Amino acid sequence: MPRKNSTTGPDGVTRRGFLTSMGAGAIGVAASEDLFAAGKETVDVQVMPAGQTSKVSLRVNGETHVVLAEPRWTLLYCLRDVIGLTGVKPGCERGECGACTVLIDGVPRYACLTLAVEAQGSEVTTLEGLMDGETLGPVQKAFAEADAFQCGYCTPGQIMAVEGLLRANPNPSAEEIRRGVSGNLCRCGAYKHIFEAAPRAAEFKRGK
Amino acid sequence: MSDESKDIYYVQGIPVPETPLPGKEPAAWKETNVVGRRLPRVDAYERVSGSAVFPSDIHLPNMLYGAILRCPHPHAQVRYVDTSAVSKMPGIRALISGATPEADLVWKKDAAGEMRLFDPHCRYEGEAVAAVAAETPYQARDAINAIRVDYEVLPFVADERRALIAGSPPVHSKGNLSKTDTYERGDVAKGFAAADVVLEETYRTECELHTPLEPHGCVANWEGNSLTVWESSQGVYAIQSKVAEVLKIPLARMRVIGHYMGGGFGSKLEAGKYTVIAALLAKQSARPVKLFLTREETFLAVGNRPPCNMTLKAGVKRNGMLTALEFTCLATGGAYPAGGISLVDWLIRDLYTCPNVRATSTDVFINAGPARAFRAPGHPQGAWALEQMMDALAEAVGMDPVQLRLKNISSFSQAREGNPAYTTTGFQECLEQGAAAFGWEKARRETGPKAAQGHMRRGVGMAGGLWFAGGGRPPSTVIVKLFADGSVNLNMGASDLGTGTKTVMAMVVAEELGIKPEAIQIENADTGTTQYATPSGGSKTVPTEAPAVRNAAVQVKQKLMEMAAEALKTDLSELIYQGREIVSRQDASKRIAVKNIDALKRQGVVVGVGYRGPNPKNKVVNPFAAQFCEVEVNTKTGELKILRFVAAHDSGRVMNRLTYDNQVFGGITMGIGLATTETRILDAGQTGKMVNRNWHDYKLPTALDVPADMTSLPIELADIEANNTGAKGLGEPVTIPTAAAVANAVRHATGLRITQTPINPLQLVQRLAERRKEG
Repeated sequence: MPRKNSTTGPDGVTRRGFLTSMGAGAIGVAASEDLFAAGKETVDVQVMPAGQTSKVSLRVNGETHVVLAEPRWTLLYCLRDVIGLTGVKPGCERGECGACTVLIDGVPRYACLTLAVEAQGSEVTTLEGLMDGETLGPVQKAFAEADAFQCGYCTPGQIMAVEGLLRANPNPSAEEIRRGVSGNLCRCGAYKHIFEAAPRAAEFKRGK
Repeated sequence: MSDESKDIYYVQGIPVPETPLPGKEPAAWKETNVVGRRLPRVDAYERVSGSAVFPSDIHLPNMLYGAILRCPHPHAQVRYVDTSAVSKMPGIRALISGATPEADLVWKKDAAGEMRLFDPHCRYEGEAVAAVAAETPYQARDAINAIRVDYEVLPFVADERRALIAGSPPVHSKGNLSKTDTYERGDVAKGFAAADVVLEETYRTECELHTPLEPHGCVANWEGNSLTVWESSQGVYAIQSKVAEVLKIPLARMRVIGHYMGGGFGSKLEAGKYTVIAALLAKQSARPVKLFLTREETFLAVGNRPPCNMTLKAGVKRNGMLTALEFTCLATGGAYPAGGISLVDWLIRDLYTCPNVRATSTDVFINAGPARAFRAPGHPQGAWALEQMMDALAEAVGMDPVQLRLKNISSFSQAREGNPAYTTTGFQECLEQGAAAFGWEKARRETGPKAAQGHMRRGVGMAGGLWFAGGGRPPSTVIVKLFADGSVNLNMGASDLGTGTKTVMAMVVAEELGIKPEAIQIENADTGTTQYATPSGGSKTVPTEAPAVRNAAVQVKQKLMEMAAEALKTDLSELIYQGREIVSRQDASKRIAVKNIDALKRQGVVVGVGYRGPNPKNKVVNPFAAQFCEVEVNTKTGELKILRFVAAHDSGRVMNRLTYDNQVFGGITMGIGLATTETRILDAGQTGKMVNRNWHDYKLPTALDVPADMTSLPIELADIEANNTGAKGLGEPVTIPTAAAVANAVRHATGLRITQTPINPLQLVQRLAERRKEG
């Protein structure tokens, strides 16, 4: 990622600066467009070189947090290191393990693959947001009772995956549960107990 | 190597103190109220609520983030490190490299010579070259990318099978042979001559990587001359002794804290350079530094299960008795000696009765990341060879594979000097009861070649095993404190890796003192406040710590009884401890609640100190195992589905059935990884670099790769000699037979004997196509 802008347009806007703020995911598409757009520096967005922070407003667990963030900062980094919600765990920081799974507008997403700026305007829910004060939420309670973890490090992500699954599908089949947590690695191998925790959590959610 | 030796792998290179004898230990439990139950963990709330603080969660005021620059070549000499661009970059607060004074610290001294912290001679891809600390992890990574290093790229060898070929580039000046181990008993030539059937086969297990979910790393903070480190570790004392030695600081000024940790599997038994680097960055910047490895770094630099190339020749009589086993193994612990391959031959030496055995293991150096102990070092590899061979022998003599194994069970250790007996061996029960629970004979009839129809083929397979350690041993010191209100504090140095150690220990205290496990507060894994413990590894934590915990709790109970005898003015021998109350045997009106004992109120606390007693003389404490599985193979696509598993384990007393089962399923899951998905791929021909350094390309078993139908069947034999709790280790035996059981089931389903891991669609479809071509 460029650390400074080599070419600056008349209004201080550069294509590279724009790409920086959009994250690596957009680069592939935009780079091919470059062939046609060479020399045209008219994209109407503000320059945000890496290293410079701006205000980012995040709605997390029902509270609004305004943080100063670089455009390249991930939601994972902002939640953990800036806001201090350590229930969001880094495992790979490249979308492979699911330890950083949070809900964005109710849907499980990897916080390491989401830029903080992208999460603006969305409702973000972390493990901490499933608690009712100091009382465990239904999925957390089911995980504790079923011993659905060992070291507990992937567990926040597993719980968020099950939470997201149950919000979309309150009564999932065994196969749907397996698919629902298949984006979350557990090296200790607690999968079988996770399979058992999920239907138990569904029952708790139904008030049983 | 024997399991009693001082250089057993999980304490290799660290000082191990002796602890006093515990005196007279309590007799075995006749019945238990708490121990053995299915109990959720005492720290379950912390682990599911997010309130458990893992080392990587530690965030200190004014904290910086560290990052390490690593050598991108498998073999190179650092000529010059140009850091000129870094000093001008924003947020950079510390920088160390081969050109700064910190590099002169001696990291390691051994037979291979003296190694500096930043050794200019990089023998593997991923060796540390420089490091920085910055205000944000992004700035630290920017700085790492801005450092320019001039490397002299050297010729490399990245395939152990080529390491000893003349002309191969030497990893170390003395050559690529690390060491050769030979074991022999009887006369294998005579044994083979006496056999009715002799088979020989070559096997290979690929290199596996631990990749625990929490990466390796720490937070380092200096207060004056005292260093505190929060480290994701299996043993805080191992980190303390190594880092204090390298930094030359007194042990008392080096505190290591590791209450929670996100998985290790052997890779966090020892200290890594990263902790020393974090401490140095913190010293230079006079600020706390968090340094956690990136996922990619954990693939390159912090250990692996060595790849093993094995040949096994076996002779058997028609009646199923083994006559000879001859085994060779060529394997590599990477660029530095790591003791990683010394146990590959153990099952061949010790599992089955066999009068004539020869085993030769050759450990070579290659330009790849050093091995670290990996869950049951050597055993799953050895089982891959031996247990597939047993399957083939059974087929050759027309005997059921379970029956063949039953014919060759030994009640004593043949490979240890003096042939000591096992305190208990439940191997026979594991085989018989496991087979019954699985429905082995029926399943064998209803699947396999005779039932083959269409392209979906089912088969069943099984394998056995033992774990050469798992008995635990001294030292261990544990303190139990009972307060005036009846609540209890347990102080123990051992780490809980997620196996449920803390919960088991709370249950032991609860058993003895008659209180609820959740009323027990546990302090553990902190060199500043808890007692010495060896790292949690080798499946020895429960059999090591639980007896010491019991001794401490019994001492507390004894003191309370003495106080009660004084209060009730009766003889001590007349009293019985009933949990909350102490009561006279003769006169039921003579009773006193523990909380009402005056002496306890006055003292405020009763302290019990427990030590781990010695192991039985001339006996061996080993866990045994047999696992059974059913698979389905799509012979058109090569896809393999594992349908079910039954795991019968003799690990002595079950301490907590819930966490016990969890361990069993976890071990099977990891074994499925070895069998079907995991393989480190080095580009040995062109660049020597690892090409699959992430979880997309190096695939761990996911929820879709393991069967929901897994059964844990404890074989709970009373073992009164092992230790005062009767528990043996569990964490490692559960992953030993798994991969071989899968391979045997694939053989039964398809007729193909797959001798190389992983059994993935790529390999299966190729083998199936070859067979079709052959007709």
